[in-house]
Amino acid sequence: MSEYVSRDVDDVSIGIVEKKFYTFAEAPAAPLVLESGAELGPVTVAYETYGQLSPRRDNAVLVLHALTGDCHAAGYYSKADPKPGWWENMVGPGKGIDTDRYFVICSSILGSCGGTTGPGSTSPVTGKPYALDFPVVTVGDMVEVQHRLLKHLGIDRLLAVVGGSLGGMQALEWSLRYPAQVDGVIALATTMRHSALAIAFNEVSRQAIMADPNWKHGNYYGGPKPATGLAVARMIGHVTYLSDEALRRKFGRRLQGKEDFSFEFDIDFQVESYLRHQGSKFVERFDANSFLYVTKASDYFDLGRRDDATSAVEAFAPARSRFLVVSFTSDWLYPTYQSRELVRALKKNRADVSFCEIKADSGHDAFLITNRRLSALVGNFLASTRDGTRLPAAPPEEEEDEVDS
Amino acid sequence: MKSTPEGGSAATIPPVTTDDGMRFDLSVIADWVEPGSRVLDLGCGEGDLLSYLQQEKNICGTGIEMVEAKVLSCIEKGLSVLQGDITSEVEDFATATFDYVILSQTLQQVYAPAQLLHTLLTIGRRVVVSFPNFTHWRNRWQLGWQGRAPLSKQLPFEWYNTPNIRIIAITDFRQFVNKMGWRIVKETAINTDHHDQHGNVVRLLPNLRATYGIFMLATKEQGEQE
Repeated sequence: MSEYVSRDVDDVSIGIVEKKFYTFAEAPAAPLVLESGAELGPVTVAYETYGQLSPRRDNAVLVLHALTGDCHAAGYYSKADPKPGWWENMVGPGKGIDTDRYFVICSSILGSCGGTTGPGSTSPVTGKPYALDFPVVTVGDMVEVQHRLLKHLGIDRLLAVVGGSLGGMQALEWSLRYPAQVDGVIALATTMRHSALAIAFNEVSRQAIMADPNWKHGNYYGGPKPATGLAVARMIGHVTYLSDEALRRKFGRRLQGKEDFSFEFDIDFQVESYLRHQGSKFVERFDANSFLYVTKASDYFDLGRRDDATSAVEAFAPARSRFLVVSFTSDWLYPTYQSRELVRALKKNRADVSFCEIKADSGHDAFLITNRRLSALVGNFLASTRDGTRLPAAPPEEEEDEVDS
Repeated sequence: MKSTPEGGSAATIPPVTTDDGMRFDLSVIADWVEPGSRVLDLGCGEGDLLSYLQQEKNICGTGIEMVEAKVLSCIEKGLSVLQGDITSEVEDFATATFDYVILSQTLQQVYAPAQLLHTLLTIGRRVVVSFPNFTHWRNRWQLGWQGRAPLSKQLPFEWYNTPNIRIIAITDFRQFVNKMGWRIVKETAINTDHHDQHGNVVRLLPNLRATYGIFMLATKEQGEQE
């Protein structure tokens, strides 16, 4: 996600923010029970908050990050900090998610490496990093951890949950796991389940990591990292987040610092140079084992099989929130047809749903890039959810009509 | 974005509101809608009708609209809106999701009107349809005496660029509803001025004198329940 992180175009920011931590399930007798049945404890959640919680505690917006994001959604850690949070263009004063109006919470997901417990955390049993002893987690487990955090913060109702990609999956999971606690759901560039294509790309990425001799079945902590494998994994992933149009526009077939082919296997094309750069930058900030866990969680996610549901339509029966579903025209990882399937399942359940397909050529990552239309859409949806201009869906009532023809 | 005939587009439907207020046919339709009801507006544009109904009658409104910019305007007004083609979007709603489904000035552009209206009567308890009356005397005059295909404010297109693929007369529509076994709950015919903002209800010889027909339909079963 860091590829797009830059100062706000209007140079507006929430300013200096602080990363905080909350630890629960500390007592060995009270672990967090995961969807797989495995037990985990203690669990630490890294989180940040922006804005003020209203006295009525009714303005909380939970921002949910995608695969490789973290709790640092907006602002800077210090005056010298060169880079703001990953959604600086969306979260801040007067922005789509307006920190002057809303109390915004973002936490790092379970299994990742953004400060929340994951495979790189120390196991209380061995005193060493969990590595592959860390249990496989699901999107539902991530949401459960977020729910525990909100309870700790004294928030029992969310004005909205907002997320793109894997963050959108968490938002949808929230709407079904805690339907009465979520007023609005904003699901951007997301899906109810990975297609075979999406799983395939994730598997190639995981294989790249596991084929790195430094990976050592996950036990590389304290030694050399599987940097090559992780970089290749990132290169694969990054291509799926872009689009044919975006790559043509950015790079075409232009050569990198040369007039002609090298006739060697060094970098010839600009796109090769760009991907290698992205790969090596990613290695500095992300843990290879975490990449395995979070991609697996995204592959397992399938709302059509949630609980005992036999279809997505059935799965959405408990939903009570109002929904805004947004897809992007050039997203080929979670194409528009997948958002439409989601919208269809919601409509069949008489849910209050809006859908918009935004024209954008930047592929799946379009939700992360500064886009005034998207910011306005998110801001307006939050405002109308807050103002409660909507009536709750009611069962049909019979009434008399007079014939005056 | 490509606009299909069914979806309607800015060029084919007069704006809902002008400086003078709401389009006359829509103000008639708005009068028919009961307060607090759930309303689906097909080809809702920027959501002016739904927004008006939401403010004045506290309805719960959803629109269907093809054009991204108009969809964004609807969201700005606090409406729920689905971007898409009306013929495919209406298929996904559960039975009786809405109290009213509104199809204003679009029926003449629909490829399969019987099928569409059948679906609308499934997802809504009442379907409100308005269409330009092709047999208005001015059209007859142009066809009968001038020997030209009719051109008017209501039918402003040449044969080579019209999106209107159905020629509908009020009398024919009434017959069609009977033949389909549906029920006309309400019906009115209006004569509008040049800009379509003002008009009056036509009671005498509507098929000759009205520029638009407006009908509220229900299924026979819906009728029996009342």
